[in-house]
Amino acid sequence: MSVAADHPAFLQHHFADPRQQHESAKLGMWLFLVTEILLFGGLFCAYAVYRAWYPEMFYNAHKALDVLMGGINTVVLITSSVTMALAIRSLQRDRRRPAVGLLLATLLLASVFLVIKYFEYSHKIHLGQLPGKYYHFTGVPGTNPHIFFSIYFMMTGLHGLHVLVGMGVIGWVMVRTARGAYSHVYYTPVELAGLYWHLVDMIWIFLFPLLYLIG
Amino acid sequence: MDTTRTLFLPPGGSTVAPEVDALFNFLVYVAIAFFVLIMTMVIVFAVRYRRRGPQVLTPGISHNTALEMTWITIPLILVGIVFVWGFRGYLKQSVVPKDALEVRVTGQKWFWSFAYPEGATSINELVVPAGKPIKLLLSSQDVIHSFYVPDFRIKRDALPNRYTITWFEAPRPGNHHLFCAEYCGTKHSAMIGTVRVVSDREYQQWLESTSASGTGMSAVDFGAKLYVSKTCNSCHSNDGRAMNGPTFRNLYGHDVEMTGGGRVIVDENYLRESILDPRAKVVAGYQPIMPTFQGLIKTHEMDALIAYIKSLSPTKEDDGQPAPRP
Amino acid sequence: MDNQPPVHSYLREPSGLKSWLLTRDHKRIGVLYLIGIMTAFVIGGVLALMIRLELLRPGPTLFTPDTYNKIFTLHGAVMIFLFIIPSIPAALGNFVLPLLIGAKDVAFPRLNLASWYIYVVGTVVALYSIFAGAVDTGWTFYTPYSTQSTTTVTAMTLGAFILGFSSILTGLNFIVTVHKLRAPGMTWFRMPLMVWALYATAVIQILATPVLGITLVLLILERLFGIGIFDPAMGGDPVLYQHFFWFYSHPAVYIMILPGMGIISELISTFSRKTIFGYRFIAFSSVAIALLGFLVWGHHMFVSGQSELASMVFSALTFLVAIPSGIKIFNWLATMYKGQISFTTPMLYALSFLCTFTVGGLTGIFLGTLSVDVHLHDTYFVVAHFHYVMVGGTVMALLGGVHYWWPKMFGRMYSEFWGRIAAIIIFVGFNLTFFPQFVLGSQGMPRRYFDYIPEYHSLHATSTVGSWVMTIGFLIMAAYLIRSFSHGAIPGDNPWGSLSLEWTTTSPPPTENFAVTPQITHGPYDYDQMTAASTLARHGTGAR
Repeated sequence: MSVAADHPAFLQHHFADPRQQHESAKLGMWLFLVTEILLFGGLFCAYAVYRAWYPEMFYNAHKALDVLMGGINTVVLITSSVTMALAIRSLQRDRRRPAVGLLLATLLLASVFLVIKYFEYSHKIHLGQLPGKYYHFTGVPGTNPHIFFSIYFMMTGLHGLHVLVGMGVIGWVMVRTARGAYSHVYYTPVELAGLYWHLVDMIWIFLFPLLYLIG
Repeated sequence: MDTTRTLFLPPGGSTVAPEVDALFNFLVYVAIAFFVLIMTMVIVFAVRYRRRGPQVLTPGISHNTALEMTWITIPLILVGIVFVWGFRGYLKQSVVPKDALEVRVTGQKWFWSFAYPEGATSINELVVPAGKPIKLLLSSQDVIHSFYVPDFRIKRDALPNRYTITWFEAPRPGNHHLFCAEYCGTKHSAMIGTVRVVSDREYQQWLESTSASGTGMSAVDFGAKLYVSKTCNSCHSNDGRAMNGPTFRNLYGHDVEMTGGGRVIVDENYLRESILDPRAKVVAGYQPIMPTFQGLIKTHEMDALIAYIKSLSPTKEDDGQPAPRP
Repeated sequence: MDNQPPVHSYLREPSGLKSWLLTRDHKRIGVLYLIGIMTAFVIGGVLALMIRLELLRPGPTLFTPDTYNKIFTLHGAVMIFLFIIPSIPAALGNFVLPLLIGAKDVAFPRLNLASWYIYVVGTVVALYSIFAGAVDTGWTFYTPYSTQSTTTVTAMTLGAFILGFSSILTGLNFIVTVHKLRAPGMTWFRMPLMVWALYATAVIQILATPVLGITLVLLILERLFGIGIFDPAMGGDPVLYQHFFWFYSHPAVYIMILPGMGIISELISTFSRKTIFGYRFIAFSSVAIALLGFLVWGHHMFVSGQSELASMVFSALTFLVAIPSGIKIFNWLATMYKGQISFTTPMLYALSFLCTFTVGGLTGIFLGTLSVDVHLHDTYFVVAHFHYVMVGGTVMALLGGVHYWWPKMFGRMYSEFWGRIAAIIIFVGFNLTFFPQFVLGSQGMPRRYFDYIPEYHSLHATSTVGSWVMTIGFLIMAAYLIRSFSHGAIPGDNPWGSLSLEWTTTSPPPTENFAVTPQITHGPYDYDQMTAASTLARHGTGAR
C-alpha cells in the first residue's frame, strides 16, 4: 500500500484517509438512527390510531401515570444528554480525565432514570395496570383501558431497552477513554455513542407528553 | 341482461358485471397492444442488430427527451382513463341502492350462514330473488373471511370486529359459486357455497318452506337432511371414519373420554350442549374448533338432528363397528 | 486475454475454513450469501413443487389440507424472507457494488459479516419453526388468524424479525459505501445503473424494514401476552395489522425488483454493446419507484373495508408507479436499437426478463384498477402477477446476473451451450406454469386453496406440468454451474468486453479488488467511444 507510512492505527485498510472513515461512520450512525425512529414510528402510529378510537379512555387512563416521576425522569435524561455532549467536547480538547468523569455522570443519570422507571413499573404491576389480558385494574373508566397500558408498556419498555443498550455502549467508550484509546484526532466511537444517546433522550421527550401529559 | 364475455372471465351474473367486464376487456386489449409492441421491438432489434463481427463502436445515442416524454405521457393518459373508469365501477360496487333487501352474512370456520329479514336462515346457500338489489351485511365469528362470488364480480372481507357491506343485483335466475377468498385455515377451500337466484315467487315459497321446514318428514329423515345442509358432514362422518370431529356412528349412548380427563355418556343433553356450546366438553383427541350453532338451529331442527344421530347407533346388538375413536 | 488463473485471488488468499467464516471481504461475504440464498431457493422450490403436485387434480392428492396450508405458507415465507429479499442485494450486490465504484470494500466490513451471521441465525430460527411443526398462516401472518393459530407462528415471525436486521445492515452499509467510497472521478452520473438500483433498494431497506420489525414484535407480543392491539375480542383492530404489514411489504416488493432492474440495465448495455439510453431517466426512475413505493400499500386492502376515499387515493398512487417501470422498459428497448446484440446466456435471461416482466407490469395495472381488483383480489390472478414480477422479473435478473458475473466471481466459465438450453427451458417452463394462473384467477379461482372445483382442472394440470419443465431447467443449470468449478474454461479478465470497472481487474479479483486505486475518466456505457480493449490498456489490470 502506498499510504502505509502515514497510516494511523485506527484507520481501517479500505478507507483512504481518517476523514473519509470518520464521515462514513457518522453517516452510518445517522442512517441507523433513522431506522430507530421508524421502529418507534410504528408504535407512535399505534398510539395515534387507538387514541383516535378511544379518546376518553386514553384521557382517563393517562391519569394513572405519575407526572412527577415522569417529569423528574425527563430532567434526568436531558441532563444526561448535556453531560454526554460535554464529554465529547472534553475529548475534542484532549482532556481525557474530565471526559471519563462526564461519561460516568451520564451513566449514573441513566441508572437514576431506570431506577425511577422501576418504581413506576412496580407500582403499576402492583395495581394490576398491566397490558392486555393481564390487566385487572378497575379504576379507569372507558372501553378497553388495557390497550392504553399495552401501548404504555411497549413504548416505555422499548425505550427502556434502548437506555440499557445505551448504558452498555457508554460504559464501553468510558473504559476505552480511560485507557487512552481516544484523543482529539480520533474520538468517533464516543461521538457515535453520543448521537445514539441524544436519540434515546429525544424519543423520551416525545413519550413523556404523549403518555403522561395529554394522554 | 346480456353481459360481455371474454376469453378469461366467467359469464357475468350481476348488474355491475358488464361495467367491470368492459373495463377488464379494455385492459386486456391495452395490455396485448403494449405487449405486442414491446415484443415486436425486442425481436426486430434482436434479429436486425445481432452481433456480426468483432468489436466496433456503436452510435452514442445517449437520450432523446422528446421520445422519453412520449413514453411517459401516453401511459400516463392511459392509466388516468383506467383510474377514473375503475373508480366509477368501484363506487357502483360499493354504494348500495336504497330499496335493497338486506341479508346478514356471517362467516365462520368453515361455512357461511345467512339470515333473511323474514327470520329464515340458511347455511352455505344464499337464496335471493332475481332482479332485486340485495344488500349483504357481512361479519365474522372468528378470523377474517372474504365473501366472493366470481360471477357477480363482488368480493368483500368479513371482519370479526365490525360490519362490512356489499351488494349485488342478479338479473336472471341461476346458480353461482360462492367462495371464501381470505385464507382462514384448514377448510378454507371447502368454505364454498352457492348463490341461488330464483324468481320472486320461488323466493317467497322458499322462505315459507324454510320457516316450516321438515313438515311431512320423519324426524330421522329431516335430521339426515339437516346433517348435510347444516354442514355437520364436513367434520363428522356417519360411517365411522374420524374426520376433524368424532364420527356420529355409534356415538349416541356410548361412554366417551373428554379432553382434560373425565368421561361422558353421550345422551340428548350432551348432544344439545355440544351443538350450542361446542367447546364446553370436547372429545379427547380432537381440537376445540367447532363453531357454535346458537341462533342458527331451531328447536325442531335440533330434535330432528339428535334423532338422526341416535339412529346411527344401533342399540341392540354390537354390530362389530369399532367404538368411536377416543 | 491470458489463459492462466490469476495468482492472487480473493478465493485462495487467505485459505482455510476459518478465513472464510471470519472474512470481512465483501466478495467472500457475497459468496457466503450466495450459498445461503441458493439453499433457501432449493427449499422453497421443493415446497413449490409440492404445492403444484397437490393441485394436479381436484380433491386430496398427496397431503391433508393442514399439511398443504403449511407448505404454501413455508413456500412464501422461505422464498420471500430467506431467498428473494437478500438475493440480489446481499449476494450479488455485496460482490459487485465495491467493484463497480472502484472501492476496496464496503464501508463497514465487520457489520457486513455480522449481517451475514444475522441472516444465518434468522434462517436457522425460521427453519426451526418448520421442524417444530411449521406455520399455517400464509406468509402474510394476517391477524387474527395468526394470533389464534396453534402452529409455530412465533418462531417464524421471530426469524423474519431477525432477518430484517440483516437486511437493514446491508442497506445501511450500501448507502454509506456509495456516498463515501467512490473512487476518484466516479461521479454520481458515472455510476453504473446497478449501483443506482442498489442505492434505491438500500433506501427502502432502511426506511421500511424497521416498521416490519415493530409489527412482528407486536404480533409476537400479541401471541405471548395477549396485548390486545390486533385482537378484535379485546378492542384491537386486525386491519391495523394489515396496514402495518403492507407499509413494509409493499416497499419490500421493490426491494426485490429494483436491483433486478439494475442488473438488466447492465446486461442490455453490455450485450448490445451500446450506450444505455436515457441514463438519467433510468437512474431517477429507480429513486422514484423507491419513494412512490411507500405510498401505495393500501392497494392490498381494496376489499378489506377501508374507506372508498382511501382506496381511491391508493389506486391513483399505484398507477403512478407504473410510469417509472414503463420508462425503464422503453429505455432498454431503445438501448438495443442499433446495437450489436449477442445472445449469450446472461442476455437470454435479460430478454426473458423483458418479456415476463412486461407481462407482470401490465397485469399489475389490472390489480391497481379498483373495480377490476375487487374481482381479482386474492385469486390466482394475483398469484400469477407477483410470480411474473418476482420470478419473471427478479429471478430472471438474478440468473442473468449470476451468469454475467460468474466468471468474475469464480474465474471459471460455464458451458455456454448448456447455459442457453437451460435459459430457454426455464423461460418456457415458467410461462407454462404461471400463465394459466392468470386465466384461473380471472375465472375466480381463489388463492391458498387446497381443493378446487372441477372446472379449473385442466389449467391447474398445465401449471403443474410447467413446474416440472422449469425444474428440469434448474437441474441442468445446477449441473453445468457445479461442473464449471472443475472443468470450466479460464475466462480472462473481461470475457464480455464490458466497459464497467469490475472487468478491469482480474477474474477472480484480488482481495484488495484493484492493484491501484482506479481513476475514473469515462462512464460505464461509453461504447460509442471505446472498446473493452482500450479501457484495459488505460487502466492496466489487477495484481498479476
